[in-house]
Amino acid sequence: MALAREESSPLFAGNAAGTLRLIIYLALAMVLMVLDHRNGWMWRLRYSASIVVEPLYRLAGRPAQGMHALSIAFADRKLLTDQNQRLREDLLLANAKLNRMASVAQQNQRLQQLLDTQHSLELNVQLAHVVHVDVGPYSHRLTLGVGARDGIKVGQPVIDAHGLMGQVVEVLPTTSSVMLVTDPNHAVPVVIERTGLRTVAYGSRGGDQLTLPNIPLAADVRPGDRLLTSGLGGRFPSGFPVGEVREVVPGGSGLFLEGHASLAADIDRSEDVLLLHDQPEPAGPPAPEVPAGPPTGLAPAPAPAASAAPAPAASTARDAEPAQ
Amino acid sequence: MNRQQLSFWWFIGTLVFALLSMLVPLPGALEPFKPYWPALVLLYWALEGSERINLGLAFVVGLCADLFDGVLLGEQALRLCALVFIVLRFRSRLRFFPMWQQALAVLALLLNDRVLLLIVRAFAGESMPPAAWWISPFVGAALWPFLFLLLDDLRVRLRIP
Repeated sequence: MALAREESSPLFAGNAAGTLRLIIYLALAMVLMVLDHRNGWMWRLRYSASIVVEPLYRLAGRPAQGMHALSIAFADRKLLTDQNQRLREDLLLANAKLNRMASVAQQNQRLQQLLDTQHSLELNVQLAHVVHVDVGPYSHRLTLGVGARDGIKVGQPVIDAHGLMGQVVEVLPTTSSVMLVTDPNHAVPVVIERTGLRTVAYGSRGGDQLTLPNIPLAADVRPGDRLLTSGLGGRFPSGFPVGEVREVVPGGSGLFLEGHASLAADIDRSEDVLLLHDQPEPAGPPAPEVPAGPPTGLAPAPAPAASAAPAPAASTARDAEPAQ
Repeated sequence: MNRQQLSFWWFIGTLVFALLSMLVPLPGALEPFKPYWPALVLLYWALEGSERINLGLAFVVGLCADLFDGVLLGEQALRLCALVFIVLRFRSRLRFFPMWQQALAVLALLLNDRVLLLIVRAFAGESMPPAAWWISPFVGAALWPFLFLLLDDLRVRLRIP
């Protein structure tokens, strides 16, 4: 920067004018930058200029394309044979896998036919868009963009591709509110897939987990066990995945084991959910159990959504439990 | 086409070519080595044909570069204006420097340009660029003698005034 001494050289007439022009241009550039930064003009300008600019990009991309073409033209013969060999092996492997897949698919179809004879797997569902998510410490709710006008009714189960999410608790004309299964006030009757043990999964206060507070001490429950809806109580249809047991610890009272389970459904990620329509008729078994409720400590809750519609008789004793 | 027109189109052509070279995609590892072509070509014309170059032209070229490059509108206009202003002011000195000194001066100019860019980016709220970001001015300065000789030679061959 020794050149800076030249400042007052007589060689350059009109210094002041030059400096003034520079200042004007710099100010103009700054104004442009600020406006662009604030308003994001650029994309609008680019949008209209794209007709001119696009071929330029293509032109500028030419050398790179040319280099690529050249590298292919002069590629090493050995490299190509190696690559060829590797691809052949891959193809063989993939074919073998495909063959196995075919047999598995056939088997699957047979089994499905068997199942179909017992009960139809067809689901009558409605797709709904999630409008709002509210996951606070005291309530876990979703708001869906469908409501009474779309035929939504209180109590409809909500599922996503991976499992049960919750149930509709409030219906407005165009939106509806869903209580998630992780809501501290929510309970869902579940069955452990491996052993068939029936129990109730409550939401937990501390985030996206389920709590199983009353597993009998002698019961065989291990981390990794999958929980399915049991269908008892008639609110949720049976057989939907609810979660997976993560740990089993002795409960606070010492009378039960307490399980903690992670959720099967992707509550954080689902943008669209499915609303199940025809809710199952309250199935046979629980009906007689309701009047005989109080004595049996382990009985599945007759009203799974204890809080959504605080159930009549038997759940009064249970209401205290989720609050633990 | 007469000489005057030819020289005008040659001038425009080099500028457009510089803008295009700026856009040429390079493999990721080479990207920091890409010199700032519009600045180099503007430098050449400012030294050799200064009656054509003024701040307004630098501003317009910068705006075009911004538009092509998709950066903040006005960023390169500002940088090129500052660059051309300095060169025009010291033109008569720079012209008669030996080539290596000229290359050093170009290096200083390009580094200055990077500092300006850094300031603009800092105001826009972006983080510090990596160290490799500073390589480009050195590459530009190293290429300067060759670019200068090439353009000069082409100009002589085309008999452009």
